Amino acid sequence: MSPSVRLQEMIRVIRSARTQGEERGVIQRECAAIRAQFRQADNGGRSHNLAKLLYVHMLGYPAHFGQMECVRLIASPRYNEKRVGYLGAMMLLDENQDASLLITNSIKNDLAHSSQYVQSLALCTLACMGSAEMCRDLAPEIDRLLRASSSYIKKKATLCAVHIVRKVPELGELFTPAARALLAEKNHGVLHGAVILITELCERNAQTLVQFREAVPELVHIMRGLVTSGYSPEHTVAGISDPFLQVRILRLLRILGRNNDTASDAMNDLLAQVATNTDSSKTAGSAVLYETVLTVMDIKSESGLRVLAVNILGRFLLNNDRNIRYISMTSLQKIVSTDHNAVQRHRGTIVDCLKDQDASVKRRALELSLALVSAINIRSMMKELLLFLSTCPPELKSHAASGIFNAAERYSPSQRWHIDTILHVLITAGADVRDETVPNLIQLITNASQLHCYTVHKLYRALVADISQQPLVQVACWCIGEYGDSLLQGDCEETEPIQVTEDDILDALETVLQSHMSSPATRGFALTATMKLSTRITENVDRIRSIVSIYGSCMDVELQQRAVEYNALFKKYDHMRAAVLEKMPVMDRSSMGQTNGESGGGGVQELEPTKPKQPEMMVAPQPASQVCDLLDLLSDPEEPSLPGGPLGPGGAPLGPAGLMSGSAGGDLLYLLGGLELTPTPTPATAPAAVTVYDKSGVVLKLSCERPLDASQTITLTATNTSDHDVSSLTLQAAVPKNVQLQMKAPSGDSLPARSSAVVTQTVLLNNPNKVSLKMRVRLSYTSQGSPFQDTVQIDSFPTPGL
Amino acid sequence: MHFLLLFSRQGRLRLQKWFTPTPEREKKKIIRDMTAMVLARKPKTCNFLHWMDLKVVYKRYASLFFCLAIDDQENELLALEILHRYVELLDKYFGNVCELDIIFNFEKAYFILDEFLIGGEVQETSKQTVARCIERLSSLRNSCRRLRL
Repeated sequence: MSPSVRLQEMIRVIRSARTQGEERGVIQRECAAIRAQFRQADNGGRSHNLAKLLYVHMLGYPAHFGQMECVRLIASPRYNEKRVGYLGAMMLLDENQDASLLITNSIKNDLAHSSQYVQSLALCTLACMGSAEMCRDLAPEIDRLLRASSSYIKKKATLCAVHIVRKVPELGELFTPAARALLAEKNHGVLHGAVILITELCERNAQTLVQFREAVPELVHIMRGLVTSGYSPEHTVAGISDPFLQVRILRLLRILGRNNDTASDAMNDLLAQVATNTDSSKTAGSAVLYETVLTVMDIKSESGLRVLAVNILGRFLLNNDRNIRYISMTSLQKIVSTDHNAVQRHRGTIVDCLKDQDASVKRRALELSLALVSAINIRSMMKELLLFLSTCPPELKSHAASGIFNAAERYSPSQRWHIDTILHVLITAGADVRDETVPNLIQLITNASQLHCYTVHKLYRALVADISQQPLVQVACWCIGEYGDSLLQGDCEETEPIQVTEDDILDALETVLQSHMSSPATRGFALTATMKLSTRITENVDRIRSIVSIYGSCMDVELQQRAVEYNALFKKYDHMRAAVLEKMPVMDRSSMGQTNGESGGGGVQELEPTKPKQPEMMVAPQPASQVCDLLDLLSDPEEPSLPGGPLGPGGAPLGPAGLMSGSAGGDLLYLLGGLELTPTPTPATAPAAVTVYDKSGVVLKLSCERPLDASQTITLTATNTSDHDVSSLTLQAAVPKNVQLQMKAPSGDSLPARSSAVVTQTVLLNNPNKVSLKMRVRLSYTSQGSPFQDTVQIDSFPTPGL
Repeated sequence: MHFLLLFSRQGRLRLQKWFTPTPEREKKKIIRDMTAMVLARKPKTCNFLHWMDLKVVYKRYASLFFCLAIDDQENELLALEILHRYVELLDKYFGNVCELDIIFNFEKAYFILDEFLIGGEVQETSKQTVARCIERLSSLRNSCRRLRL
C-alpha cells in the first residue's frame, strides 16, 4: 500500500469522526504512531508521516515534536523528503523557535545545489521564515544567485532579497547594485521582483532613493511598453497587460516622485496616458487606475492631471461594483482636505451612496458627506443627513448625530434652523447623542430669546408625542418650566396655535415623572419644571404642591431631597418663591465648561465627598433657599463647608458660575444657581453689633473685633424679649470651606424672659485665603415646653473690605 | 501581505500561510477573529474589511472563503486579483477544483501557493509559467517516488 494513501486514509477517518471527542481520540492515536515512526530509522515513509502531522497541526492540535523531524528531512538527499521537510519548516518553525537555526546549514548547502528545484525550495523557505541571523549568514549567497542564474531562480532570489532587506535593513546596500541591473531584465517575473526590491530599498534608505530617481525614465519606458503593447497570452488579464507589474511600477514611481519636481515631471505624460487608456470594466483595470490615481495625488503633478484623477474617482463612484465604489470613497476621503472643490463636484453621488445597502459603503459615505458640508450646501446636505439618520444602522448613529451637530454649529443659517435641526436629531436618535448635547441645546435656546415661544410649543408637542428619548424629554421639561407662560398663551406666530391648558402641561410633566422610561436625571428635570411652573401659572398651584409633596417620600434620594426642599419653599419660604423661581438669564457659552468651584468671588460651591449621595446631585440641593441647606450641614456639625450661596458680594446672580458640565444634576444646580436670591436679612455695614436674627422674641446680635485681619473674633449675643423663658439654647455655626471656625463655650444656655440676661458665645474665625465671609447660624432652644429651631444666614459682616 | 487563510463556511480551516512571524496563540486568535468576521458578512457587501491596522480582502468561491490580510499601502483590488489567480491555478492543476481536493491534497495546495507567492509577494505574473512549473514539479515528484529518490 503506497504510503500517501495512508495520509488520505487518515484524513478520511478524521473527517468521519462524529464528535469532537472521537476526533481527538483518532488524532491522539495517529500522533502516537507518528512519534514512534519518527524515532525509528529511515523507513521510506518519513515524509508521509510528517505530512500527516502537518494536517493535524492545521486542525489546531499541537505538533511541536515534529520540528526536529523537519530538520532531519530537510537534510535528506531525497527530493520528496526535502520538499515536505521545507513545508514543515515553514509551518512549524518560525524565527522564534530555536530549531530554526539548525536548518541554516542545510539551506546554505541547498542554495548551491545543482538542481534548481532544490534551490527554489531553499529560497522559498528562507523568504518565508528566515530570521535576522539566518539572513545575515546567507545574504552573500542570495546576492550571488541574483546575478548569475536562470530566471526561475532569479525571481525567487529577488524576493528572498526583499525579505532580507525587511529583516535586516543594513544589508540593503549589498543588493543595490544587483537591483539596478535587474531592471534591464525582460522576464516579467524577475522584473516584478526587481521593482519590489527597489521599492523596499528606497523606502528604507534616503540615499538609495536619490540614486534610483535616475531610473525613472527607464521605469516610464517599461510602463509605456506595457500599456501600449497588444495582447500577450502570457500576461494579459481582462485586457490589461500584466496588471501586477503595472501596479508595482506605479507604486515605485509614487515613491520616487514624492516631493521631487523633476521626477514628477518625467512621469506626468505616462500617468495621463495610463489614466486615459486603461479600460476599467474589470477589476484588473480598476486596480491599475486606482494605483494611478493614488500616485497622481501623491506626487507633484500638474493640476490638469489632478483633476483627471478626481474625475476617475468620480466615475468609480458611479460604478455598479460595490468594491469600486468603496475604494473611490476611501481615496476621496484622503484628498478631501487638499482638493476640496474637486471633490465637491461629486457631492451628489456621494450623498446617494448614503442609501446603499452595504454598511461599509454607508460608513464611508457618511464620513465623506460630513467632510463636504459647507456654508453653501448646508440646508440640502442636512436634509439628506437627517434622512440618513432615521434609517442608518445603529453602529453609525452616534457618529452621524455628532457629525450633524458639528456641522449645524459651524454653518447654521439661522438660530431657528439650528434649533429645529437639533430637535429633529433628538427625536430620531435621542438615545445616541452625547451628554453635553442637553446643556448645549439649553444654552442655544436661551440665547434665541425671540424663539422661546416657538421652541416651547415644538417641544411640548414632541413631549406629548413621545417620552422615551431622554435628552429630548430633559430639554422639553426644562423649557416648559422656564417658558410655560408662553405655552399657555396659545398663539405663536411661527407655529400653529394650539390650546394648552395648565392641566395639560401638568399632566405631561406628571407622565414624565411617573413613567418607568424616564431616567432619574429626567425626573429631576421634570420635578424642577413643575416647581417652576408654580410661579408661572395661576390656578393649579395646589396641584403642584401636591405633586411636590408626594415626591417627598420617593425612593430616589435625589428626587426626595428636591421635593422636600421645594415643599419647604412652599411652606416656610413662600415669600421667596417668586424670586427664587424667576426666569434664567442668558447663558454665556464659555462658562458652560466650568466646573463647580470656579466661580469668581462668591461662595465656593463644593462637591462634598463625605455625603453619601452622588457627588453631582449633592451640590444640587441649592434649591432656592440656602437656609434649607443647613439641614444637611447640621447633620454633620463638624463639616465646616458651606455649599455656599451663589451670590457674589452685592447679591448679583452668578448665573454662569458654578456650572457642572454634562450631568443633569449639575444642570439643576445651574438652573437654580443663576437665580437671583434675595438675601436673608443682611445687616447694614458699619455698626459693630448687628442684629442678625429676631423672631419670637429671641434676638441674636453679632459683633466683630479686629476686622481687617485674616482672623476675626465674633461675638454672638442672644437675648430674649418675649414673656417666656427660653432654655437649652444652643448655637451652631457653619462657614465656607477654607475658613476655620472655632466656637468657644457659651456663657450659658438659658435666656430668662424680658431680656434680663444674655448669653454670649465667642466664635474665632480664621480666613487665610480671604474668601468672602459668610456664616450660617442655627439656634435651637426650648420655649414653653416645645423645642424650636431656626437658622439664619449672615452674608455680610460689619467689616469693610468684604 | 501578512497572511492568507482558507476556511469553509462552517469555519474549518483548510489552509493557512503566514508571512510574518506570529506566535501560535496569536495565530489561533487571528484565525478565530477572521473566521467570525468574514462569516458574519452579508452576501451583497463589498469584499473589504478593516481589522486592527490591516485591510482584509476576502472572496467566496463555492464553499470556501479566501481571506488575505494586506498592509495599508497595498492595493485592495489587486489583492482580489491575486486571490483569483490562485484559484485559477488550483483549478488548472486539479481540474474543476472543489473543497475536497484541497482537504485531501493540502500539501499540493501549499506547493502550488509556493510557486505563486514567496515571502508575501507575487513571484510570477504569468499564469501559464506558474502552471507549467507546477506540472514539472508534479512529474518530478512522481518520478522521484518511483525511483525512491
